[in-house]
Amino acid sequence: MNLTLNEEQTMLKNGAHEFFKERMPVKALRELRDKDVPDGFDRALWGEMAGLGWAGILIPEQFGGADFGYKGMGQVLEEAGRCLAASPLFSSAVLAAPLLLKAGTDEHKQALLPTLASGELLIALAHDESPRHAPTRIATRVEQSADGLVLNGAKTFVVDGHVADRFIVVARSSGERDARDGLTLLLVDAKAPGVSVTRMRMVDSRNAAAVRFDKVALGADALLGKIGEGHAPLAAVLDGARAVLAAEMLGNASEAFERTLAYLKLRKQFGAVIGSFQALKHRAAHMFCELELTRSAVLGALDALDSRHADSAALCSLAKAKACDTLELVSAEAVQMHGGIGMTDAEEIGFFLKRARVAQQWLGDASFHRDRYATLKGF
Amino acid sequence: MSALDQFRAETRAWLEANCPASMRTPMPEDERVWGGRNARFSNPDSKLWLARMVERGWTVPGWPKAYGGGGLSRDELQVLKEEMNRLGCRSPLFSFGISMLGPVLLKYGTEEQKQEHLPRIARGEIRWCQGYSEPGAGSDLAALATRAEDQGDHYLVNGQKIWTSYANYADWIFCLVRTDTSTKQAGISFLLFDMRSEGVETRPITLISGASVFCETFLTNVRVPKGNLVGRLNGGWEIAKELLQHERGMISDIGKSIGGIVPDVDVVAKKYLGDADGRISDPVLRDAVARHVMDDRAFGLTMRRAAQESEAGTANGGVSSMFKLFGTEQNKRKFELILKCAGTDALGWEGAPFSEEALTLCRTWLRSKGNSIEGGTSEIQLNVIAKRVLGLPD
Repeated sequence: MNLTLNEEQTMLKNGAHEFFKERMPVKALRELRDKDVPDGFDRALWGEMAGLGWAGILIPEQFGGADFGYKGMGQVLEEAGRCLAASPLFSSAVLAAPLLLKAGTDEHKQALLPTLASGELLIALAHDESPRHAPTRIATRVEQSADGLVLNGAKTFVVDGHVADRFIVVARSSGERDARDGLTLLLVDAKAPGVSVTRMRMVDSRNAAAVRFDKVALGADALLGKIGEGHAPLAAVLDGARAVLAAEMLGNASEAFERTLAYLKLRKQFGAVIGSFQALKHRAAHMFCELELTRSAVLGALDALDSRHADSAALCSLAKAKACDTLELVSAEAVQMHGGIGMTDAEEIGFFLKRARVAQQWLGDASFHRDRYATLKGF
Repeated sequence: MSALDQFRAETRAWLEANCPASMRTPMPEDERVWGGRNARFSNPDSKLWLARMVERGWTVPGWPKAYGGGGLSRDELQVLKEEMNRLGCRSPLFSFGISMLGPVLLKYGTEEQKQEHLPRIARGEIRWCQGYSEPGAGSDLAALATRAEDQGDHYLVNGQKIWTSYANYADWIFCLVRTDTSTKQAGISFLLFDMRSEGVETRPITLISGASVFCETFLTNVRVPKGNLVGRLNGGWEIAKELLQHERGMISDIGKSIGGIVPDVDVVAKKYLGDADGRISDPVLRDAVARHVMDDRAFGLTMRRAAQESEAGTANGGVSSMFKLFGTEQNKRKFELILKCAGTDALGWEGAPFSEEALTLCRTWLRSKGNSIEGGTSEIQLNVIAKRVLGLPD
């Protein structure tokens, strides 16, 4: 297992670092929020990101992608996480593209992957139905009708759902609640009759939507893969997404930690910089250790995905669980150590806390992944 | 075949031919070979195994051949380690001379000192102990008061050391002494002397685990030849700090060296709390066990990453403190979790109906409490990280 970056990945990371710092600092997210921009992201900047090849990092070259692998994707998202950059990168490039690649027909791939890679097309994954991540707990139903398929159900926290051109919907075609068999993946146009989208205004000012499907009629070409066999490709793509989200969370936590460290060296109380107080020093050192462990877990998961390591599912759960715990710790301590100023909207540190809790819940929190790890390991 | 592959093939063949079967089993602590004038061997195989490894220079495979080492490159060292792990070979010799003093002598010792001490350490002929802590200088090590006065051709040493591990069995001691009382760190020197010198007295200290691996060591008018000073006069603090890095590395490895005797947390949990399907039935303990084994894995990945970064030349400092801190705290958590899972079975002190394994578990749990105290407490490690890695001020 290789836990360091090669030259290509280092260049990708450095390029992303410069781009996000220059073009999409935390200030940009604040502006999107304060101006109540309907899209919730900047389309021109998204075009530039796609131009750098990031939307196609997980797409093979034959379909117009850059094929840099999960480790490459993780580096870009880690840097995005440092700046809390809002864009459809995750939904399109980390969820939709690999799912199309795994489950779609050749026609799907040829028609959709190049436009996903170029950033022109936005596709969102409509998956969870309750406030807590539950991959197989799907009540949304797809049924055969006289002239095709009919979709009924409701989804919550569809990331980038309000700007998506299409959805990949996880629906149940058969089976009991929580069964893996009987899950079907469907490609649904956002403007199709019966689809209604409500933007969810989340605490992190990023983009998500509640989506309802009310007797949506679909043709056979809407099927991604075979009916009832959506679980395997979905599970693989969710794992990849968990590792990449863990990388984004690592970026968030690293930046929040570094800002806090800088504040500890600056802020004076009782005639001394507060970073000289042992009560704060020890907590800072503890956070440093947890961040180092998290970085190793994240790199381990990303490397396992690229090398098709037999234990990659467990390593992805390890990365997400560790990222959840560390980010919860660091984001809360960051506000505490900033004192009163940390409670103000004017100071940016609160943005990190707000994003942290959303990212923790998304794709499974720490308890979810510890439970999953234990199950995978047979205890 | 590359030279390294060739080396691997030869190493594997040699180990298979020369490592006795009884030396390929997990090793209880009391079967460790420490060498020295009064060396004790648990059986003839352990003596034979040591002799064979000494002959190849593989008790200290990375040291130069001139000093009894194997002269192996970093890559070859890694191969040897992997091949020994693969066969489950026991470490042939445990020695503070190898893990702590040796690296320091290689760097700071005179040629004469190296010739005198290193080959004997490599051959397991001499057992060393460490004279660092004092009753008034534990975590604040630089407050040490043991004096060494210049008497022309020798130093006269007076004072008391404490927590000197195995001092009652040691042949020689590497000792921190005060040679200038007007300053703190800058007044300390690093001395070596024979434990049979007149005026040296040791008394074992019984610990909460019932064991007595530590001693109090009293030094009364001990005469130490001037040639036994390592490095420059009053330059001992630099050496002491460097040696502590080696010690911390060794202590954070402790969890691994007792592996095989102490079962894994999830195995114990399943034994005592498993349902018919093997699932740990108590959801709170199951979550705690999962957290523990996941942290173990993240820690393992971090050590591997540090090794890879060090090879690539991109390593950041301060990792030895982090490893010492996390390794020992994690080891303590491991035993606490095992105790929670195994109930009163893990709380036996001696005798029937407790199994040897259960009794070892209890004593090892108590012993583990010392891991985060010895070699610099966890609090000291946190201070070191805060200062040296994070740049926080005093």
